[in-house]
Amino acid sequence: MKFLPTIGIECHVQLATKTKLFSEVDNDARGKEPNACVSPVCFALPGMLPRLNGEAVRLAILAGRAMNCEINPVSRFDRKHYFYPDSPKGYQITQFYQPIIGEGYVLLSNGTRIRVEHAHLEGDAGKLTHFNDYSLVDLNRVDTPLLEIVSQPDIHSARDAHDYAKELWRLMTFAGVSLGDLYNGNMRFDVNISLAPEGSSELGTRAEIKNLNSFRSVFRAVEYEIKRQTKILEAGEKVVQETRGWSDAEGKTLAQRSKEEAKDYRYMPEPDLPPLRLSAEFIAEESAKLPLMPADYREKFKDVISNDILEVLLDYKELMEKLDEIDNKYIKPISNLFSSVLLAEEKSAEYLSSLPSAKDLMKLAEMNASKELSSTATKEVFLRLFDPQMKGRGTEQIAKELGLIQENDLGALEAIVDVVLKKPETQKAQADFKAGEEKVIGFLVGQVMKESKGKANPSAVQEILRKKLV
Amino acid sequence: MKIANKKVTAERLVRDALEKARHFSDYHIFTFLDEEGALARAREIDARIAKGEKVGRLAGVPYALKDNFLSERGETTASAHILEGFTSPVTATSVAKLEAEGAIMIGRTNLDAFAHGSSTENSYFGPTLNAFDKTRVAGGSSGGSAVAVALDIVEFATGTDTGGSIRQPASFNGVYGFKPTYGCISRYGVVAMASSTDCVGFFTKTPEDMDLLMSIASGKDPKDMTTLDDYYDDSKIEKVKKIGIITEFDNESVDVEIREALKKKCELLKSKGYEIVELSMPALKYALAAYYITVPAEVASNLSRYDGVRYGFRSKDANDLDSLYGKTRDEGFMSENKRRIMIGNFVLSSGFYDAYFLKAAKARTLIIEEYAKAFEQVDFILTPVSPNPAFKLGEKVDDPIAMYLEDMMSVSLNLAGVPGLAIPAGKTKAGLPIGLQLVGPRRSDKSLIEFSKELI
Repeated sequence: MKFLPTIGIECHVQLATKTKLFSEVDNDARGKEPNACVSPVCFALPGMLPRLNGEAVRLAILAGRAMNCEINPVSRFDRKHYFYPDSPKGYQITQFYQPIIGEGYVLLSNGTRIRVEHAHLEGDAGKLTHFNDYSLVDLNRVDTPLLEIVSQPDIHSARDAHDYAKELWRLMTFAGVSLGDLYNGNMRFDVNISLAPEGSSELGTRAEIKNLNSFRSVFRAVEYEIKRQTKILEAGEKVVQETRGWSDAEGKTLAQRSKEEAKDYRYMPEPDLPPLRLSAEFIAEESAKLPLMPADYREKFKDVISNDILEVLLDYKELMEKLDEIDNKYIKPISNLFSSVLLAEEKSAEYLSSLPSAKDLMKLAEMNASKELSSTATKEVFLRLFDPQMKGRGTEQIAKELGLIQENDLGALEAIVDVVLKKPETQKAQADFKAGEEKVIGFLVGQVMKESKGKANPSAVQEILRKKLV
Repeated sequence: MKIANKKVTAERLVRDALEKARHFSDYHIFTFLDEEGALARAREIDARIAKGEKVGRLAGVPYALKDNFLSERGETTASAHILEGFTSPVTATSVAKLEAEGAIMIGRTNLDAFAHGSSTENSYFGPTLNAFDKTRVAGGSSGGSAVAVALDIVEFATGTDTGGSIRQPASFNGVYGFKPTYGCISRYGVVAMASSTDCVGFFTKTPEDMDLLMSIASGKDPKDMTTLDDYYDDSKIEKVKKIGIITEFDNESVDVEIREALKKKCELLKSKGYEIVELSMPALKYALAAYYITVPAEVASNLSRYDGVRYGFRSKDANDLDSLYGKTRDEGFMSENKRRIMIGNFVLSSGFYDAYFLKAAKARTLIIEEYAKAFEQVDFILTPVSPNPAFKLGEKVDDPIAMYLEDMMSVSLNLAGVPGLAIPAGKTKAGLPIGLQLVGPRRSDKSLIEFSKELI
């Protein structure tokens, strides 16, 4: 029997606000001491009350619009209770009953549409580090704003699960709502997966794999889980509804908590926060701030950049924004430089943050098109455009300083060719060529290049040589 | 109230208050007396007065702070063992506003732990005694504050009222006690009991003092998103004509002398030309049940943070995470705290939420609507605060239901968010104070206080 997997994904996105979701304390704990970014509200002193961060609301609206979602004019906050030292209040403030973001969808590059069920705002928890006989609590992450995005179970393969996770990451980074640093947990994925016989109208029993923090682990965990569940079903046994963890090192999922052990979170409306009411004008105003999204770039560049290259470049918001400033005729060569030269560089991440101006890039493409720069010289000048010492000087100046501008003046080139043809060491090659030995033309071109100190355009030289040696 | 000036110094006022506080120490009013701090502050104010500087509307006025307000001076314990040793690094907005006007806190007052109770007998530090009869309770939960004003130790005291915790002890001790419209005064820095009904208010000896304190303490606070900015509506002051009385409260379950006192005040009002209107408010019979579901749910939630991990008391016997939580909370909370935590967690648990919490929320909506309807017919309502005058110490402490019934006439105001002012209305033959409460529509606070002068 063949089984069809059905997959839904919950994604937690840390929003890149300056301050926390419920108090005015620094939200950016990178490089800081544990418990350095903690307000009395995060610390849950008695009598402390949450204050909703307006910036987080604005970012949630952008994120919602990036996923083609409805923005709910009224949403509310609720308390989700559990005891653990990472949760100083003893509850997490979330939106259980009325979330801020309603239905929408994410379009994958292969055209598959994954519906978004809703997305809601909530505060993150702190972090515990366990030692032999004690544990340490770091509350820096408490109340970092999270947007939890819940998909419909529209995903049916590990590849689509991977692509959905990645597309969400692109949407969130392009919309500017998250730093998108997966290594530091800016986005975490929980994957629900069940298998049912092909053609069956009922879904099978699902397992939930928690806390995946890379696209690759999403792919691998789903692949593993499909195999695991298939094996169980083929043996005529039943899949247990449970929460599982992913061990990257072992490459498998491991049982953590069964349905029976599930916690009762005792949800309750958050009485300290009034309902969040957003006017239609406010929603429209904020939505209008959404920059171009991957789907917009795909549409815009579909006839200019090949699909493969475009999908590579779409991982880099900076490159897409730069291409957006480039005249249409130069987009293809510049996108090629981005994909084959820039991204091949070891320090490409550094380069991304110091891209040359559109003007310099277009000049470079123009000089290449007019053959003033050879393709090798173009690449060299391109990389120099990132050099903080040189980038201010402009493309043309850099090319001149490096002596990379090709001699394209036919009169001047002819003169050089004539000099070379008179040289005794070229006489034999000339004779051989005239006798029909094609390959010696290479030697002659080389001699001319040497005479021109490398500035001659080799294809122009070859053309002149062929005319003269008839 | 007496304000410090060039003739009467703040130091004199504070010394007098401290001396009285010490004199009445057997009443167990204070959990902490800040003699040094209060005197230092008094001298500072006197120095400013001497220089002719502006010192505020409460310059040098000694006051008592209910011990569930955060302030950097002294431990904030909420009379609970689990907060023992906790010194706050922040100050409540309301406290900061009072002190900015020159008020001087001389000490913190006793309460039922976490304000759970109607007699102050649930305090970890023991009960406060009634100002008029030491064998009787002070009322609660703000018992210490009520007695501090009743015995004239201070000019005013702060309180919190979640279901009657200001009005009931005020009526048991013959002083004014005001629970404002929900959201009038910031709750920031006040140890939370039930967030959707908690109100900060005051005990005073006159309506004029109450008005002054309200004008200082109320208003929008960016740190409390439930505060109102346009609370203070005095448009009704000149227009009051009709006063309602609730027929459902006029029955045998209410003490005869209290019913007599209410009738007397009605006669007084009639003689001044006001019309007394009998109102039937049947939805109020759901108030006590709705209250004792909604409030414990919020209580259970708000008390989750007291876990022994970050501050306050931690059990010495804990040896793993579960026992850290279990033992700390078992040893740190009073029985009444635990009772409410258990009720609250029960009504919130999956499968019971719809049957209890949601039903109570619906009953609450009915009560809100009932008050709205009532205030279409009358300007204010006059009712008893509680069915009985101050009861004996120990009389109800082991009977939680009897204790809860004491709140039957006060809790509906908290559920509806409307203001209520407890006013002194004479004494019983045995000499115990009787209190009545004047109830107004939301945001009628100023006119309600103003109107109470008609009842003197």
